[in-house]
Amino acid sequence: MVKPGEFYQRDRKWHPPAYAQNYKTSTSRSPKHPLISLQNSMSEITGPVFGHDDVDPIDRDLLSNFAKPGEGPIGERIILHGRVLDENGRPVPNTLVEIWQANAGGRYRHKKDTYLAPIDPNFGGCGRSITDENGYYYFRTVKPGAYPWRNWVNTWRPAHVHFSIFGTAFAQRLITQCYFQGDPLIRLCPIVQAIPDPEAIEQLVATLDMNATIPLDTIAYKFDIVLRGRRSTLFENRLEGN
Amino acid sequence: MPQELNYLKETPSQTAGPFVHIGLAPGAAGFDIYRTELGWDIAGPNAKGDRIRIEGLVIDGTGNPLKDVLIEAWQANADGIYAHPEHAGEVEAGFRGWGRVITDFETGEWGFDTVKPGLVPGRSGMTMAPHINLWIVARGINVGLNTRLYFSDEERANAADPVINLVEWESRRQTLIAQRSERDGQAVYRFDIRLQGENETVFFDI
Ligand SMILES: [Fe+3]
Repeated sequence: MVKPGEFYQRDRKWHPPAYAQNYKTSTSRSPKHPLISLQNSMSEITGPVFGHDDVDPIDRDLLSNFAKPGEGPIGERIILHGRVLDENGRPVPNTLVEIWQANAGGRYRHKKDTYLAPIDPNFGGCGRSITDENGYYYFRTVKPGAYPWRNWVNTWRPAHVHFSIFGTAFAQRLITQCYFQGDPLIRLCPIVQAIPDPEAIEQLVATLDMNATIPLDTIAYKFDIVLRGRRSTLFENRLEGN
Repeated sequence: MPQELNYLKETPSQTAGPFVHIGLAPGAAGFDIYRTELGWDIAGPNAKGDRIRIEGLVIDGTGNPLKDVLIEAWQANADGIYAHPEHAGEVEAGFRGWGRVITDFETGEWGFDTVKPGLVPGRSGMTMAPHINLWIVARGINVGLNTRLYFSDEERANAADPVINLVEWESRRQTLIAQRSERDGQAVYRFDIRLQGENETVFFDI
């Protein structure tokens, strides 16, 4: 029997560090000890499996999944779409993608959000979908608004959509955020700028995609996601046995 | 010029932020939207083995509990099999082995019900003690933190566990062990996670 390969180690210099000086909340929530590096075992190369039974088709349509019949949310209608790939460039099919975001005014539907922008009665702000056999996903939503938050007295989050992605293994589990091309707040944001490499930041910026736009209806942004890749089974180290 | 490798880079992580509930547990955010929320039932109704409860807090470097955390659990069944196509063997119908919980908005307490996992195959023919893999995300956590929960009543298996033994500082190994007690005849394991400071939990780069 061919044993599955291990995942490439995570490039910790590509990710934000646990403690980022300008993101104040990270100060008391960042471990001081180094992480203990673990070679993959069965516990890391497996992970939850989701199927199309777990989600409904409407879950990916934030324009309608919370709206009253015949109504819809206020805001710029967008398609947010792309592929989930691994570091080898291979698509990751049948994986769960979940998103959440503020409404067009920058307000979240959450009992702890007190920003003065109004709740949109027709917008929930979350969606989920399973990638198809090519790793492709799409959502319909409105473009979220920027919002202020308490870091410095005048700190604003760029427009963003939160993404949660599973892959096939617990070692691939990832939460990130998608930003929008041309947003001047990206370079001011302490959370974004915690990422040390400007090229890595570019990877989080969705691109205007006129080919996916629906004329006279909905504009489109493309956001590809890359999860950790794994060794070819041909050359892998044995995980168990001799 | 030598050939290019052409690997892609992993998408960088960003914090889950304070409103992670909207996406991953909308009922907790205060609204119903999905037919079913995922991750509320880890073991399912048919799982063999001991029914147990896990409870704890997530505590920051100032000693205060966090109230905006989401934790995901990933575990094998009582036979030590993960519900995944790459792990040979069967699991009970309805056993997924995965769940997610949030900390209480007022107290910071979290808890979930499951079955105790069995011994799991490790690397190089070793066996790993029963454990639950945990992944912790919250505002202020830039990359989700991985740790493992082992059980205080598995002393012999824990002593031989290759991952616990990787932790060079013996005093820190205790941070990975949930302490058993009983409540109304049911096993309850306490597992407080300390993000920073005294008795900081061991986190892994998996
Ligand atoms: Fe946000």
